[in-house]
Amino acid sequence: MKNKQTYLGTFILLTLLLVIVFLINVSLGSVHIPFSEVIAGLLGGGASKESWQYILIDYRLPKAITAIMAGGGLAVSGLLMQTLFRNPLAGPFVLGLSSGASLGVAILILGAGTIGGFAGGLLLSEWSLVIASALGSFLVMLAVLAVTFKIKDTMAILIIGLMFGSVTAAVVAVLSYFSNAEQLQQYIFWSFGSLGNQSWNGVLILTICCAIGVVLSFFSSKSLNALLLGENYAKSMGLHIKRTTFVIIIATSILAGSITAFAGPIAFVGLAVPHLTRQFFTTSNHSILLPAVLIFGSLLLLICDTIAQLPLSEYTLPINAVTSLIGAPVVIWLLVRKRKLLF
Amino acid sequence: MTSERKHIALGAKELTVGYFRKKKADVVASNISFLLDEGELIALVGTNGIGKSTLLRTISGMQPLIEGAIQLNEKDLHSYTALQLANYLSVVLTETPASKNLTVLELVSLGRQPYTNWMGSLSETDKKIVTLALEATNTEDLSDNKCFELSDGQLQRVYIARALAQDTPIIILDEPTTHLDLFHRASILKLLKNLAAKTKKTILFSTHEIDLAIQLSDKMIVLTPESTYFDTPKKLIKAGRFDALFPKEMIHFDPETRRFTIKD
Repeated sequence: MKNKQTYLGTFILLTLLLVIVFLINVSLGSVHIPFSEVIAGLLGGGASKESWQYILIDYRLPKAITAIMAGGGLAVSGLLMQTLFRNPLAGPFVLGLSSGASLGVAILILGAGTIGGFAGGLLLSEWSLVIASALGSFLVMLAVLAVTFKIKDTMAILIIGLMFGSVTAAVVAVLSYFSNAEQLQQYIFWSFGSLGNQSWNGVLILTICCAIGVVLSFFSSKSLNALLLGENYAKSMGLHIKRTTFVIIIATSILAGSITAFAGPIAFVGLAVPHLTRQFFTTSNHSILLPAVLIFGSLLLLICDTIAQLPLSEYTLPINAVTSLIGAPVVIWLLVRKRKLLF
Repeated sequence: MTSERKHIALGAKELTVGYFRKKKADVVASNISFLLDEGELIALVGTNGIGKSTLLRTISGMQPLIEGAIQLNEKDLHSYTALQLANYLSVVLTETPASKNLTVLELVSLGRQPYTNWMGSLSETDKKIVTLALEATNTEDLSDNKCFELSDGQLQRVYIARALAQDTPIIILDEPTTHLDLFHRASILKLLKNLAAKTKKTILFSTHEIDLAIQLSDKMIVLTPESTYFDTPKKLIKAGRFDALFPKEMIHFDPETRRFTIKD
């Protein structure tokens, strides 16, 4: 384990960068707000126009915080999955966790109609969205794990991920046939993925869920290091495999599920960020990789969100399009450069 | 590596090993008995598929035994928790570690896991033991290299260093000499021999290098389809046990030269 001191500088630099990108992110948007006003608005002094203050506090700030949470959380869940499955291609999107979460949300939103108006309205609170989506990803994760237990093949679990994508699409198709236009529209908008339009209540729930997930991962960092040698070695060093696997699954599902519930299925962050991080931190030690991946993920999604707003225009791109446009080439580049993805 | 260690031995009594498939026992090898003492280098030999790996996996607690008893330090093996067992027994497996992106130092340091806190941070003692393990296996120059940069022979030394860092009285190795040339095979086995003698560890390894094992090991476990023999190489030769290893019409063991010869 390389001396942690050498990484301290990098961590400070990254955090500083995150603050800068955060400030750029909140000061850009379809409405031009001068930078000095942004600072004043954020520090509580209040921007000189009330509309500016409103845009800053109730739109841009929750969006930026959601980007930080979602980016960091997805990246951490990607790292957990790559180590747990010992597969460099694992990630919440690739393995179908996002699909599972979508399925949970689809059943909730589209299925709510069949239960009836009043109960349906109750079901659609923010917490129920999170629970449905976390449950969906938890079930997919269990299924993938069950398959890897039977078939020790790296390709198999990727195929399982693809299959879950198809199953989700099919179930959504069936459900949409029976649901009304309003519900369908609600689901479709959700599935595009968006960091914006979050209520402060939603941001709070997301923060709680991400904090639980991240804390669970940090407590697992020693076990994760042992898992790098494979299950048998880990066991021979006294690791309680079942308990560790369970904690990792819970952490991953909470992270992927809650983020998907609020921001929709976001591609590539979970897969690409851990690999990008390994380019800068030449270590596999999770007590260094976890915080690094957390910051990198937040940074990346904030940058993607800044690009998605198309500064100085009134259009906004779907965040999913931007992460895919950046993420896919990065993964291909890493693969071509090293000929092999290591983890 | 620790100076004060109580007398620890590993014993197996009328062991039957194999797998459980759909709650039915699938026996691979049976009636295996031996008693391993401290400071001994023991070779486990037998043809492919006779159950060497199954036996080693059973002794190291990775799979349940079907019948018989395994005693570790005069206590039943299955009364140990995973963590307690990790204090007594370390392994070098045929499977390569899942991640080859680890540096040698990181990999060897992982051997300290049973002793570190929840964060896995290394104390001064841990670091000292890791350094000693690297020195003992002659891998200290490689410590900053990534595992994917190493040759098979270097990797094998690193795996042994990791087991040494775990600082257990017993080390079990599954075919540590495969994929290596004669020089590296011999040097790995000599390393094991020296470690057993110097550190008073009990080292059990399976191998196909029967002639090398005869020269270097203190005792041998010979698995044949009919029976299992456990003794010193000399006595095993005298009793003609090695002739039972392979079909006689093909391969013959010459007790004079201590070598196998192929019949025309």
